[in-house]
Amino acid sequence: MFAIVGLIIGIALGIYLEPTLPAGLQPYLPIAIVAALDALFGGFRAYLERTFDDKVFVVSFSSNVLIAAVIVWIGDQIGVGSQLSTAVVVVLGIRIFTNAAAIRRALFHA
Amino acid sequence: MPEPLDAPDEGERRDGQPADAGTASDGGGVTDQAEQPDAPRRAIVDEASDPGTIGWRELVRDFVKPGRAQVVFAAILLVLGLAVAMQVRTLASETDYSTLRHDDLVQMLDDLTAESRRLEAEIADLEATRTRLQSGVDSERVAREEAQRRLDVLAILGGTAPAQGQGVRITINDPQRKVTAELLLNTIEELRDAGAEVMAINGTVRVVASTWFSSDAQGLLAAGQRISRPIIIEVIGDPHALTEAVRFSGGLVSEVEDDRIGGTVTVVSDDKVTITAVVAAPDNRYAKPA
Repeated sequence: MFAIVGLIIGIALGIYLEPTLPAGLQPYLPIAIVAALDALFGGFRAYLERTFDDKVFVVSFSSNVLIAAVIVWIGDQIGVGSQLSTAVVVVLGIRIFTNAAAIRRALFHA
Repeated sequence: MPEPLDAPDEGERRDGQPADAGTASDGGGVTDQAEQPDAPRRAIVDEASDPGTIGWRELVRDFVKPGRAQVVFAAILLVLGLAVAMQVRTLASETDYSTLRHDDLVQMLDDLTAESRRLEAEIADLEATRTRLQSGVDSERVAREEAQRRLDVLAILGGTAPAQGQGVRITINDPQRKVTAELLLNTIEELRDAGAEVMAINGTVRVVASTWFSSDAQGLLAAGQRISRPIIIEVIGDPHALTEAVRFSGGLVSEVEDDRIGGTVTVVSDDKVTITAVVAAPDNRYAKPA
């Protein structure tokens, strides 16, 4: 319940308040979003497996997002930004699918 | 150890190996402390239709009666929704170039430069073509104007078009009807010598190269038409020269006013003599343009 409400409020805030990110951080937002998605799926999987711990969840979410952005930023500094962001997206995508598979097994036993 | 993408975890789990659950991503909030006691329990109860995982019923119950975990989830989802909305809005509102990388931009710039160079060449080509066509139109227009001018001149000369201009109007009163065709022809020749450009007799007979004069019992004929009296000759040309052409000694005036004919001639200059009589241009049977 709260989860849905939180998602809706977040989207509404983003649409109506029109917050802007500093131009320098703009390129890292997509990567951060992918990292956040990964953390969410992981969190949901842990919840289904009764191993959820909210402190760990919050910390891992923050560090995931931060590390993804920092990796891409470093890549940009040394000239392999696009390759590294592709790498990050691929790795996070694999993890998302893995977590989704676990969630699927937990909920549907299939 | 990398996680299996879609490993046969069913078997692994039966073996009690915590491979897929235990390393369920750092985002999973799984701690080693939480994992170790968890694994054996799950391994034991696994046979009993998986009570180790949360089923649908429990999920729905947790969803309706939110706990602390769901508040944390809500907060994270809020942040995520905010970020996604921002990103989507940024992509929609801003130009796509701000997030592009250096190499892509250089490539795009190269493409644009090549494209604009190609288009400039095309513009130059088209402008040259336009100039060519323009000059063609101009020369065609000049040729057409010249042809029209010649056509006008020839139409007046051939007598197929009406004409107007300064000239004289000669009226021959001939009560005894003694003016002959020869006298009339001579007069016409004298007027031509004096530079007459267009001539008409009685307003009906346009005098052209092929006009002939004769006389029969009823009177004078010009190009097949009867000439009534008084004879009026309208002439376009230099009025002074034309007047002299009929007034000289032995000319029309002296002949007509002589006692043998006993008529009168009046010559009136006019700034605007209009001649509407025309001849129909005959189709040449033999002569063709060479």
